Amino acid sequence: MSTAAPGGAGEQGGSVDLRALLADSQVVEVLEELDRELIGLKPVKARVREIAALLLIERARKQIGLAAGSPSLHMSFTGNPGTGKTTVALRMAQILHRLGYVRKGHLVAVTRDDLVGQYIGHTAPKTKEVLKKAMGGVLFIDEAYYLFRPENERDYGQEAIEILLQVMENQRDDLVVILAGYADRMQTFFRSNPGLSSRIAHHLDFPDYSAVELEQIALAMLQQMQYRLSPAGLAALHEYIPLRMAQPHFANARSMRNALDRARLRQANRLFALQGMQLSREELMTIEGEDLRASRVFS
Amino acid sequence: MRITQGTFSFLPDLSDAEIRAQIDYALAQGWAISVEYTDDPHPRNYYWEMWGNPMFDLKDAAGAMQEVLACRKAHSAIYVRVNALDSTRGFETTRLSFIVNRPKHEPGFSLTRQEGEGRNVRYTIGSYATAAPEGRRYD
Repeated sequence: MSTAAPGGAGEQGGSVDLRALLADSQVVEVLEELDRELIGLKPVKARVREIAALLLIERARKQIGLAAGSPSLHMSFTGNPGTGKTTVALRMAQILHRLGYVRKGHLVAVTRDDLVGQYIGHTAPKTKEVLKKAMGGVLFIDEAYYLFRPENERDYGQEAIEILLQVMENQRDDLVVILAGYADRMQTFFRSNPGLSSRIAHHLDFPDYSAVELEQIALAMLQQMQYRLSPAGLAALHEYIPLRMAQPHFANARSMRNALDRARLRQANRLFALQGMQLSREELMTIEGEDLRASRVFS
Repeated sequence: MRITQGTFSFLPDLSDAEIRAQIDYALAQGWAISVEYTDDPHPRNYYWEMWGNPMFDLKDAAGAMQEVLACRKAHSAIYVRVNALDSTRGFETTRLSFIVNRPKHEPGFSLTRQEGEGRNVRYTIGSYATAAPEGRRYD
């Protein structure tokens, strides 16, 4: 694995070519992809960079023969719905894989249902099975606070938490656990499970997107789906976003995706109504203002 | 007499690192790993006791290795093997099976000749170990 870097890497008291190490890990590409494809999320990106730097330096230290204990990388992602927690978790798995921290780099996303059993003796095997699947990669527990139900003292969630804790402590080399959920409920969850909280080194908070960022996100999504907006459509989107943000149950990027899906539906309906006409590529691709303006937020 | 069943059985016993490498290979082929144990070494004893369920959808050997070690700890005096099941249509069978633990002393097999009609002889083999009841064969 060690690269033949100039400057005597790998020897006692030698030096390490960081650039060679960086090129070798290909982590720069993932970081750039993260920057390019994910809009906003400044603090999160900064933290991901820090973690990548830490791992890279650990690797350099190891090459040169300095003490390098593998750092604890369990994380918690808190933020409102649709702020990109799952997406970043996927990227995190890739980054950790490229830096050699996890062996396989896959992401296993689970919720309470996958970990907690329905009767006595059901939880432990279920949790262990999930953990085994996640080994060599990242275990992503969405809405982790559902694991703990204080109102029911015989709830099996506690058992799952205990098994999880044990693995998080003893098998750091085998998997990284990411707990995700809404900020306020995660706070309560950690307060009632101090053991869990103290084993998580990195708390990443995902901020809400601004209207400008949401517009960029919507446009990026359209591009990915091979659609585009007409000038009237763009103006409609511009008006739509602040209105939608003020609505209850606003879920950031997820709301944008849903809005676009509904606009596609209306576009399809509009084109369908023109029965018998030849449709050009342009028409099939374009979402008009009226497709967006039919939304209930305008009424 | 050292029994030779499954893959690698003519080689010296595999080390943990080697077992792990084999499991990693099996997982890379998309096979599911299971761990089984028995104290009856008869070659026609196909169905060993299962140590938990077969493990599907694993990506890394760590999880399976954990079960191998746990089974070996619980049944250190008897036979333990690792199976890799290929569920692709057309195979749907074990593709790889190797012993990862065996008793310190393997007493071997007896050969019984049964005289039949005419000058027919039927042969039967039986392990000396199975003379004792199950669970006390390799104490």
